[in-house]
Amino acid sequence: MSPRSMSPHRLTFALQLLVTLVVAAFLLVPAGASILAGFTANYFRGLSSGLTLDWVKEVLKLYSDTIGFSIALALGTLAVTLVLGVPAAWALVRRPGRMARLVEEVVTLPVAIPGLALALALIIAYGGFREFRMSPLFILVGHVLYTLPFMLRSVMAVLAAVDVRTLEEGAASLGASPLQRFFHVVVPNAKGGILAGALMVVTLSIGEFNLTWMLHTPLTKTLPVGLADSYASMRLEIASAYTLVFFVMIVPLLVAIQMFGLERPLKTRAQTPTKANRGPPLIAGEQP
Amino acid sequence: MTLTATGAAITLSGCGKTFADGTRALEPLDLSIPAGETLVLLGPSGCGKTTLLRIIAGLESPDAGGHIAFDGADVTTLPIEKRNVGMVFQSYALFPNMSVIDNVAYGLRVRGVAKAERLRQAHAVLEMMRIDTLAERRITQLSGGQRQRVALARALAVRPRVILLDEPLTALDAALREHLRAEIDSLLRRLAITAIYVTHDQAEALALGDRIVVMRQGAIAQVGTPREVYFQPQNDFVATFVGITNRLAGSLKAGHFASAAGSLPFAGADKAEATLLFRPEAASLCAPEETGLVFQVEQVQFQGARQRVVLAGADGTRVVVEAPAEQLVAAGAAMGLRLDPSRLSLV
Repeated sequence: MSPRSMSPHRLTFALQLLVTLVVAAFLLVPAGASILAGFTANYFRGLSSGLTLDWVKEVLKLYSDTIGFSIALALGTLAVTLVLGVPAAWALVRRPGRMARLVEEVVTLPVAIPGLALALALIIAYGGFREFRMSPLFILVGHVLYTLPFMLRSVMAVLAAVDVRTLEEGAASLGASPLQRFFHVVVPNAKGGILAGALMVVTLSIGEFNLTWMLHTPLTKTLPVGLADSYASMRLEIASAYTLVFFVMIVPLLVAIQMFGLERPLKTRAQTPTKANRGPPLIAGEQP
Repeated sequence: MTLTATGAAITLSGCGKTFADGTRALEPLDLSIPAGETLVLLGPSGCGKTTLLRIIAGLESPDAGGHIAFDGADVTTLPIEKRNVGMVFQSYALFPNMSVIDNVAYGLRVRGVAKAERLRQAHAVLEMMRIDTLAERRITQLSGGQRQRVALARALAVRPRVILLDEPLTALDAALREHLRAEIDSLLRRLAITAIYVTHDQAEALALGDRIVVMRQGAIAQVGTPREVYFQPQNDFVATFVGITNRLAGSLKAGHFASAAGSLPFAGADKAEATLLFRPEAASLCAPEETGLVFQVEQVQFQGARQRVVLAGADGTRVVVEAPAEQLVAAGAAMGLRLDPSRLSLV
């Protein structure tokens, strides 16, 4: 190729690089500033005041209960979505048809409805049951409603891709009962989808704010609700350090989702647009 | 090793199938399959052969009124896992989460056979199929032909009373298909197991079947031995679907079949409109004066050991015959056609 024909390509590349770097900087500078604020002794005096871990320690002292509660809630949500979602996905893949599609749509509805509206509906319907309303179970129900479609769709996509109906017929022909087929054939072959769904559910549950903010009581505060609290009432350094703690929890999960997503065959990924397209923006939008 | 002592005799009565959307997949039919027989269900796609196999397997239930019995015992309401059948699927349905040996031993595992014993038996089946070296492989590491053998081994490992094969060779290339066909044939005969084999390939059906059920649009078109189906097709559909068939339109009168190309003696009651069916190999070429049927040679295809000759009758009817390679046949010449009376059928 002659130098003359190279140069326009080089120019295009340089421009693309510039735009990319500017956009990246636009997004990264606030994040960097926020992280720095969490380590700065006094943010208004700037870095000259020195770096410190005191704010992080303070956050762990003040808010460790919300961190623990968020983790417990996420694991509880995961357990329920596994128990409900995997068999449901199996049932829907086994009997495709109008009913199956309808059920799938209804289950997916909570993702489209604003969390606040969903929470309000739960409070109107079940708020009268005082014990239930006050217990962590109330928030758990909300989180399950919101995360179940992600588990369901992720598992359904994998089951459809491996043609689980025929595999199951094969197992049945060898004498396996429905329960044996589920545990010997369906679950092991859905492992990829179950893992992807599980990461999604935990991430979404830990980051969920809208719904949780409406449902929480002073005794059932999650990390994002605590964040909103600290932003409103604490000094900036503590709020920033708190954000930092949240990042430390959520980023490894996001990385795991990404790594796992790369391992999945393209076909499977294409069949789960919710996972790829909706997930991350939702999490970003959740941060108060 | 002996895998099975006795196959089951299968009786179907009034088994039809209408799907939920109202599609009639199978007209109610009766069929009786003696123990140990290899029965081939042959027909084009959508003829109901797979539905019939799935009803026998227990993967579908027949419409009300249909009954299936194995050795006289009604199994209509039994699901597949209680029927003790072996099944080989078109896509093989091997479990990707298990190794070859675990796949083959799976049927014994769900039957509660102890691990050491079920592995011993599974290895024995793999040995019989001469694929014991594949035992520890993952399913994804196998070629198509190997998968096919593993699927067959897995189905046989539970010593089923009946083995059901749903187009087991369709996914393979032609040379391998022929090889495995011979292997399956000798295996089924050795085991004396009742086998039902679904295929759309007439060569497979003719080679494997003790009897063939030719199906069309959800109904049985003909049941018979391969020879009967091939040489005495009972209707036009069977004649067309199984092999190349020549047809001569004409009439039957006073013990003679008469057509535009001439006439030949043919016993039977008078019929104003009749079609004579015959295979290329049931005919031979001779000098025009030696026979009543005369055609003009349109095309000669040399095929090595033989030659295929396309003939045209006076009314334009084309027939295809096979002639020995050394016989002198020239395009454009008039030739007589001699037909083997035992290999003709009239519809």
